[in-house]
Amino acid sequence: MTTRTKPRVRGGIGEDVVRPDGIPKLTGNFAFASDLVADGMLWAATLRSPHAHAVIVSLDTTPALAIPGVRAVITQDDVPGHPLFGQEKADQPVLCDGVARYWGEPVAVVAADDPETARRGVEAIAIEWEPLAPVSDPEAAENSDHIFRRINVRRGDLGAKGEVVVEGYYEIGTQDQAPLGTEAGLAIPDGEGGIDLWVTSQWVHIDHGQIVRCLDLPDHMVRCHPAGIGGAFGAREDMSMHVHISLLALITRRPIKMVYDRSESFVGHVKRHSARMWYRHEATPEGRLVRVTAKVILDGGAYMHTSAAVTGNAAFFAVGPYVCDNVELDVVSVKTNNPPAGAMRGFGVVQTCFGAESQMDRLAQELDMEPLALRRLNALEAGQPFSTTGQIIEGAFPTTAIIDALESFPLPPPLESDDPVHLPGGTGLTTPRSAVVRGIGYALSAKNLAFSEGFDDYAEARVVLTPVGAEVHTAAMEVGQGLVTLLQQIARTVLGTGHVAVVWDDTSQIGSAGSTSASRQTQMTGGAVHAAAVALRDKVLDDHGADELREDGAYRDGERVATLEEICASGPVDHWIRFRHPETEEPDENGQGNLHPGYALAGHRAVVDVDPELGLVRVVQIDTAQDVGKVLNPKALMGQVEGGILQGVGLATMEELVIDKGIIRNPTFTDYLLPTSLDAPHVNAVFIEEGDHWGPFGAKGAGEPPTISSTPAVAAAIRQATGKALTRVPILPQDITGT
Amino acid sequence: MEFVAAKDLDEALVAKANHPDAEFLAGGTDLMVEVNLAHHRPSSAIGLRRVDELREMTDLRIGAGVTWATLESHPHRALAQAARTVGSPQIRAAGTLGGNIGTASPAGDGLPWIAALDGTIELRSKDRGTRVMPWREFFVGVKRTAILPDEAIVAVRIPEDTPARQEFAKIGVRNAMVISTVSCVVTHGDNGTTVALGSVAPTPMRATRAEEMINAEKNPSEAALAEFARIVSEEVRPITDHRSTESYRRHGAGVLARRLLERCLS
Repeated sequence: MTTRTKPRVRGGIGEDVVRPDGIPKLTGNFAFASDLVADGMLWAATLRSPHAHAVIVSLDTTPALAIPGVRAVITQDDVPGHPLFGQEKADQPVLCDGVARYWGEPVAVVAADDPETARRGVEAIAIEWEPLAPVSDPEAAENSDHIFRRINVRRGDLGAKGEVVVEGYYEIGTQDQAPLGTEAGLAIPDGEGGIDLWVTSQWVHIDHGQIVRCLDLPDHMVRCHPAGIGGAFGAREDMSMHVHISLLALITRRPIKMVYDRSESFVGHVKRHSARMWYRHEATPEGRLVRVTAKVILDGGAYMHTSAAVTGNAAFFAVGPYVCDNVELDVVSVKTNNPPAGAMRGFGVVQTCFGAESQMDRLAQELDMEPLALRRLNALEAGQPFSTTGQIIEGAFPTTAIIDALESFPLPPPLESDDPVHLPGGTGLTTPRSAVVRGIGYALSAKNLAFSEGFDDYAEARVVLTPVGAEVHTAAMEVGQGLVTLLQQIARTVLGTGHVAVVWDDTSQIGSAGSTSASRQTQMTGGAVHAAAVALRDKVLDDHGADELREDGAYRDGERVATLEEICASGPVDHWIRFRHPETEEPDENGQGNLHPGYALAGHRAVVDVDPELGLVRVVQIDTAQDVGKVLNPKALMGQVEGGILQGVGLATMEELVIDKGIIRNPTFTDYLLPTSLDAPHVNAVFIEEGDHWGPFGAKGAGEPPTISSTPAVAAAIRQATGKALTRVPILPQDITGT
Repeated sequence: MEFVAAKDLDEALVAKANHPDAEFLAGGTDLMVEVNLAHHRPSSAIGLRRVDELREMTDLRIGAGVTWATLESHPHRALAQAARTVGSPQIRAAGTLGGNIGTASPAGDGLPWIAALDGTIELRSKDRGTRVMPWREFFVGVKRTAILPDEAIVAVRIPEDTPARQEFAKIGVRNAMVISTVSCVVTHGDNGTTVALGSVAPTPMRATRAEEMINAEKNPSEAALAEFARIVSEEVRPITDHRSTESYRRHGAGVLARRLLERCLS
């Protein structure tokens, strides 16, 4: 092999490559799942529980079936196979099994000639409920032992004491992923008793396993196809309509289409766990952490979904990227009658990062230290034991470099504008410049990359060389994050050809790529494609005695020895791979062990302008340093960083599902507030490229870290501006005014 | 759903007289949301977009079909300020002042301005012609008005002696495109000060005691301004809901009224 200093290929790694799906999405030509149609298709609609907890006294679908145009109605009685589904544990009935355990739980599904007739069919179903008292308080649920998972981390000397002690109680409200594309799907019967299914998903293979079980069909009779997806953020890790429309397609022998509307989407997917956190940090008078003690309750809602893994993350990242030898954590996820919680960007770490970073600020204040100085003093680095698990840190872990970068960003100029778009309250014209106080806050975070705790985490990919270039075959879900571009860039760089097409295989054509979550696809499917492409290239070079692969063939000493056509003379040349990350293990009874395959760090500095008298906030600027291993696509990376930060700003200042005795009071975009462009801060970013110990070209996943520490940084900045404790996010105007 | 696209006001009024259950459809930014959420399934609708008479506008009379986008540059400053805060550009291009009046939400962004200027609502029906109602009589409760089944909202009228100064502001939890938790218009002129508020009572309201108090002051002192804010906070009748709390709305109403008065006096 010759080593090139300059890549010959266009569109390789490190470039701002344009997304292949970018122009079609901008021009409205991209087929999202909600755009799919099939000849003769029916539309489905769902009857949902109007109670958070209730028993079905009677249920009669015949009035719905009497409506002209209604073709079928299914209830739990119609489920032919296993009655339950669930990713970690099958505990949720496909349709309500006689007891509704959360508001909006699906009860029956109607298929009809058009969406309006389907909705009328839903309304015609005769159902009588007997409401029960909902369990909506997570502390009451814990006291009643309604537990999904409990983790007790015990590390070091639990008799250790620090001379400086700060305690705090923190809460985080329920955030929704609010992807712009709602849940949508199309199920087409194949005429042989099987189904082809396109549904918004983050992991078609985990769906597939659950679907065939519920339908009692052999694996090959259900094919889950990757569909066009408008955002995910964790909302699509657990199934929505998958079994419903598949079953209706089997019964009616017609294609079934379903699209949730916005309000239904709010009940149709899992949320971020709300959390209650009690923390005690103990330190030496110099500020070295001696001991961290915490109790955390996560509200898992009615069914388990990914609560167990979320609980693990909340526990193992409850201290942050800091050295601490004595740690005692009791972290529990509980079962309530609130809407089910599951995956959302940051996955458990968002919650405890807010608690831990708030505590670090409190400790700095107690010690009269600068917030970053305290963090620098306690910075954890590669090669040291991780504070909660004791695992020796492998790979890049540049805590100090992140603090250095945060300190070197210039501050924005003072507020000089009277333009309302630059003031808290914005176009509402509430706030004159004279009413504004500025605040600055910092936070750091560490999060695991890919699946932890002994999970057999792998990604399959197949790379094919053809006479015109290369194909990458995968079932990894592109949900808008840009994996499609990275896979092309990786394959181009290895194979020396600019012509790389990503082909989305269904579940019958290729094995699992694992979930598009946990910031894992860049490393996992990216890693699989890299390894497969390298193996393919080396095979071709060996076969032709060549030393370099280029766009037009194989070369030796700069002379072409075979064209691509010649290389593929007896058919395309391919290489399939199942790629795994470094092995991990399950935690022992004290939460100790080699649990995590790798980490990514981030740090944020938030600058906010606050109108303290009205409690209104404008986030002016966020400066971030992120540990990304290696930048593969600068523009795509910046998209992740800006978008993730905005999601963190939303959690800090406005995003919350208001849940009252299990019922969501604001399931609309009118009242579930997402930041607008006027709420978006200016973002500056520095990327730390230290190269990880695994993954393509040393790259790390980058999707989650921007969301994690941006929230506590904004909260810290608002605290600095107002002098208020502000222990709950989102921080609402009344929290600041105290009215 | 039956749909009539009226070509002029007379045709719209005839259709409404024949189908009193029909809904008028102007911008559709309220009605169609209700339809899409299946909260409301009107049997028929009368489209008003082709009715040019409803888009007539002078300084003292604004047609019900004038859109927020047009009102953003209206000479009445507080109305233009309010128009700028309604929804997104797409909503402002479609939504109308008449729709805001007909929906009569407590949070209607255009309503405090009408209340502050003592506007009247011009209604018309096929059989009884025009009648003009003071805003206080027109808005009777949360999303309830005194309109009769055969009537259309035609325009808002404003008295001639408009105050020299008028200012609008609204509080929401984000910096644009938000339903207000408190909105306020303060006017100041030769006839004194008026204070109107939204989202703090079932209907738009005037803070009459605060007005009386401040109108007795020639050059309000700091203490007088503080007392003015306190009375506004006391006079409003807000509730706690998923958007805000009663106590925050009381506090915000007082702060906003005082700030707007200071702007009018500066």
